[in-house]
Amino acid sequence: MTSTHGTTASYEGYRHRHLLGIEGLTASEILFLLDLSDGYVALNRGADKKKHLLDGRTVINLFFESSTRTRTSFELAAKRLGADVINMSVAWSSIKKGETLIDTAMTLNAMHPDVLVVRHPDSGAVQLLAEKMNCAVINGGDGSHEHPTQALLDALTIRRRLGGIEGLQVAICGDIAHSRVARSNIHLLTTLGARVRLIAPPTLMPGQIDRMGVETFSDMRKGLKDCDIVMMLRLQTERMQGSYVPSTREYFHFFGLDGEKLQAAKPDALIMHPGPMNRGVEIDSELADDIHRSVIREQVEMGVAVRMACLETLNHNLHAERSRQEQAAQ
Amino acid sequence: MTVLPPKHRTAYVNARLLDPASGLDAPGGLLAEDGKITDLGADLFKDGVPEGAQRVDCGGACLAPGLVDMRVQIREPGEEHKETMVTAGRAAAAGGVTSMVGLPNTDPVIDDVAGVEFIARRAREAKGVKVYTYAAVTRNLEGSELTEMGMLAESGAVAFTDGLKPVENAQVMRRALAYAKTFGHLIVQHPEEPSLAGGAMNGGELATRLGLPGIPKLAEVMMIERDLRLVEMTGGRYHVAHVSTAESVEAIRRAKDRGLDVTCDTAPHYFALNELAVGEYRTFAKVSPPLRSEDDRLAILEGVADGTIDAIASDHSPHDQESKRLPFGLAEPGIVGLETLLPLSLQIYHWDKCGLLDLLAHLTVKPAQILGLDAGRLAKGAPADLMIFKPDLSWKIEPDNFESKSKNSPFEGLPVQGRVIRTVVDGRALFEAA
Repeated sequence: MTSTHGTTASYEGYRHRHLLGIEGLTASEILFLLDLSDGYVALNRGADKKKHLLDGRTVINLFFESSTRTRTSFELAAKRLGADVINMSVAWSSIKKGETLIDTAMTLNAMHPDVLVVRHPDSGAVQLLAEKMNCAVINGGDGSHEHPTQALLDALTIRRRLGGIEGLQVAICGDIAHSRVARSNIHLLTTLGARVRLIAPPTLMPGQIDRMGVETFSDMRKGLKDCDIVMMLRLQTERMQGSYVPSTREYFHFFGLDGEKLQAAKPDALIMHPGPMNRGVEIDSELADDIHRSVIREQVEMGVAVRMACLETLNHNLHAERSRQEQAAQ
Repeated sequence: MTVLPPKHRTAYVNARLLDPASGLDAPGGLLAEDGKITDLGADLFKDGVPEGAQRVDCGGACLAPGLVDMRVQIREPGEEHKETMVTAGRAAAAGGVTSMVGLPNTDPVIDDVAGVEFIARRAREAKGVKVYTYAAVTRNLEGSELTEMGMLAESGAVAFTDGLKPVENAQVMRRALAYAKTFGHLIVQHPEEPSLAGGAMNGGELATRLGLPGIPKLAEVMMIERDLRLVEMTGGRYHVAHVSTAESVEAIRRAKDRGLDVTCDTAPHYFALNELAVGEYRTFAKVSPPLRSEDDRLAILEGVADGTIDAIASDHSPHDQESKRLPFGLAEPGIVGLETLLPLSLQIYHWDKCGLLDLLAHLTVKPAQILGLDAGRLAKGAPADLMIFKPDLSWKIEPDNFESKSKNSPFEGLPVQGRVIRTVVDGRALFEAA
């Protein structure tokens, strides 16, 4: 199909109304989104970054949890596509007592947004909201459940560096139990044929996660052996002092990524981190900044491209669905 | 001395009489006079029904004691928007329940004599099924100071429990068991080690996939095993509410073998469902303790069939939409159960796991015995609390048709067998199927 703005894209590759998680997506659906994202990387690097695919559309970023980078990334993605963007930050603790999540959904729904991006501290909250909305919904991270655009941007980063995902050995290290990034990445990487290892202290490893088709380790050196990718996760401050791990010092000693532990991985293994980093807690500062090994800044760059692809696709699907409904009604 | 003729007589004819207490399963009739059963048997009405008696033709349906539901949250006082004495009573009658026992976790908590008397008064005013109440083990369910158990029992509390909360402190539990023993009273425990039970669903693969904090099965059996030690030490009477895991059943089985005075119950959802019912964050399947794995479900079924699990209670937990239409972790636990207790329990009979009389015993005479209630039997002189039902009649569960004020049932649309035709309390028909 040819859009009025001259871009040629077929959206048959991803036909869902929403993007709520990676679990359940097929390899071809994931690859479709990655291919579409690829095209945006060049655009974003050029001087004129504007497309008009979402002219006249409204994107609402609804964040029940503070986030600078994800919100900014979505905002930029939507603006570069020409959409009007509203950012709403809601303190979830205050909303709990008064307005319910459903009320919030109904209120926003009445404003006729086209795409709603939601981040929420509770697992499953975005899906609950999506059930009540007439627009497309993108999960910007829900509790410890999923963060699909993060997994997509990680995959795009890997693919552009190494040419593909299939057959790679990927280690995901750190607070697996509370990480939506880990879950989305496990689904995506295993779907595309990578082998995934999880490395964490037992207190941060969720039960029966091996049933998701991964290997688990509690020793960094063993887990990192011969890995192509080392993906570090952020350790939340409130979990650092005694509740899950005894101290940041002890955590860094055994589970923080430093040059010595990294030697177990392949010599050219890439280092990734979804940010924001705790330097000296889960990752050594020098490694994080090593331009030969660390692709952390590239991940941020890919984030905008991936979100543009997702916004474009979901917006298209929504309006294709609506015009089908209108035709059916006539 | 002249004996006055009874004012109110009903002759139930053409019934299949089922009395789990005596093992009676035979065609026959039953005569109720002024709220009591005065006679029953095969040849009772062979010369016609007595003069002046109302004749109820059961049409071959089963006539059994009304169900005794030992675990119900009536929500009055305090949460009348979820359920009231009147709506819970109607739901009970529709479900064949003639006696229900309310938990003390109301607002205010039933931890003093006034609370027990309030329930009795509201139940009288509601004129529904018989309502009994537990009183709290500890004041305000705070787990530290014992309530006035002796006086509470004198005023009508049938046993003691902290409801949805376990008695966490071992010393408090020890004293509760020891003190209650003085009066022969029963302590009913919600079996969960709280420090391990902070999650939202059963710990395991599904919880991990959904990113929800899991509750390990261990949390349950750990509390039961601790309590069993205290029972052994004190000689107290102990009942474990809503058992949900295979290991718990095994622990209780061993305790009974050792001769401890221990009983337990489960709720239909623990043998009808497993954790997969949570699916994609279905809050109607959120219960406490959580739905467990398939192995556990089968062990619960086995425990009911072999009698290790003494009773089946509905664990009726009405919730309004606002308490359930929330992210899974924040939603209230519980299932509305009075109107599905019989058909869900009858599944065990239809699955050929146990006989009809044996199953009914779990719903009638056994809970009545555990709590010392004059209920759950078809016998001369017993109250005419009756349920007429057709065990094979098929229907589909439709929460919208529930009498209960709340509709939070994960069983919506489930085809079941077994339906109540008439519910009678003290000789009065409180429910008749349309």
